[in-house]
Amino acid sequence: MDFTLILFIILAVTAVATAAGLLLSRSAVYAALFLVLNFACVAVFYLILGAPFVAMAQVTVYAGAIMVLFLFVIMLLGVEKLPKGDVLPWQRPLAIVAAAILLAEAGFLLFERARTSSLLALPGAEANTMDSLREMATVLFNQYLLPFEVTSILLLVAMVGAIVLTKREKGEPA
Amino acid sequence: MIPLTYYLVLSAILFTMGALGVLIRRNALIIFMSVELMLNAANLAFVAFARSFELTTGQPVFTGQLFVFFVIAVAAAEVAVGLALIVAIFRTKHSIDVDQMSSLKG
Repeated sequence: MDFTLILFIILAVTAVATAAGLLLSRSAVYAALFLVLNFACVAVFYLILGAPFVAMAQVTVYAGAIMVLFLFVIMLLGVEKLPKGDVLPWQRPLAIVAAAILLAEAGFLLFERARTSSLLALPGAEANTMDSLREMATVLFNQYLLPFEVTSILLLVAMVGAIVLTKREKGEPA
Repeated sequence: MIPLTYYLVLSAILFTMGALGVLIRRNALIIFMSVELMLNAANLAFVAFARSFELTTGQPVFTGQLFVFFVIAVAAAEVAVGLALIVAIFRTKHSIDVDQMSSLKG
C-alpha cells in the first residue's frame, strides 16, 4: 500500500464518519461543525486531485462563509435542539430503504460504467504553481466570461432576495 | 495511485448520506446542511472526473474545476436565500420543524 492510498482511506473514513455525525447528532451546532470537518476533508481530496484553487475556494467559501452563516442563523433562532417525537413513524425505515436503493443503483451504475477506470496519480509540482493558476484564470475570463458575469448577477439577486425575505413589512409587529 | 472508482464510490456514499439526511431529519437547518453535503459529493465526482480526463489528454484541462467553482458560487447564493426563508418561516411559525409546516394540509 502506498502513501496516497493510506491517506485516501483515512480521509474517506473521516469524511463518511463526519457525514454520519451530521445525520445522527441531536444538536444543530454539532451537525454544522461535523459538516465543516467534512468540507475540510473534501478540500484535501481536491488538493490530491490537483485542483488547489477549488480546494481554497472550498475552505474559504464553504467551510468559511457558508458555515458561518449557518451557525449564525442557528444561534440567532436559538433552535439547537428540536423536541423528540415522530409525527410520521414509518418515515424513518422507509427513508433508510430508499437510501439503500439509491446507493445500490449509484454503485451499480458506477461499477458498470467505470470498468476502464483510470489510475489517478498525484499531480506534479507544476499543478500547484502560479502558472497553473494563471492558465486557469485565462480559461475562466475568456471561455467562461459570460457564465462568470451571470454568476455575479445571481449573487446580487440572492443578496437582494435575502434582504427582501427577512425585511419586516410596514406596520408588522416586531 | 488511486483508481477513479474509489472517488466515485466515496462520492456516491456521501451523496446517499445527504439524501438520507434530507429524508429522516425534521430540523430544517439540518435538512439544508444535508443538501450542501449532496452538492459537495457531486463536486468531488466532478473534480475526480476532471483529473481523470486531464491524465488521459496529457495536458491541464480546467473546465471541470471551473464548473465546480460555479457550483460553489451557486451554492452560496442558494444558502443566502434558503436561510432567509428559514428565518422568515421561524418568524411566523416559531419553529423550524418541517413537520409543523402543514398549514395547507386538508
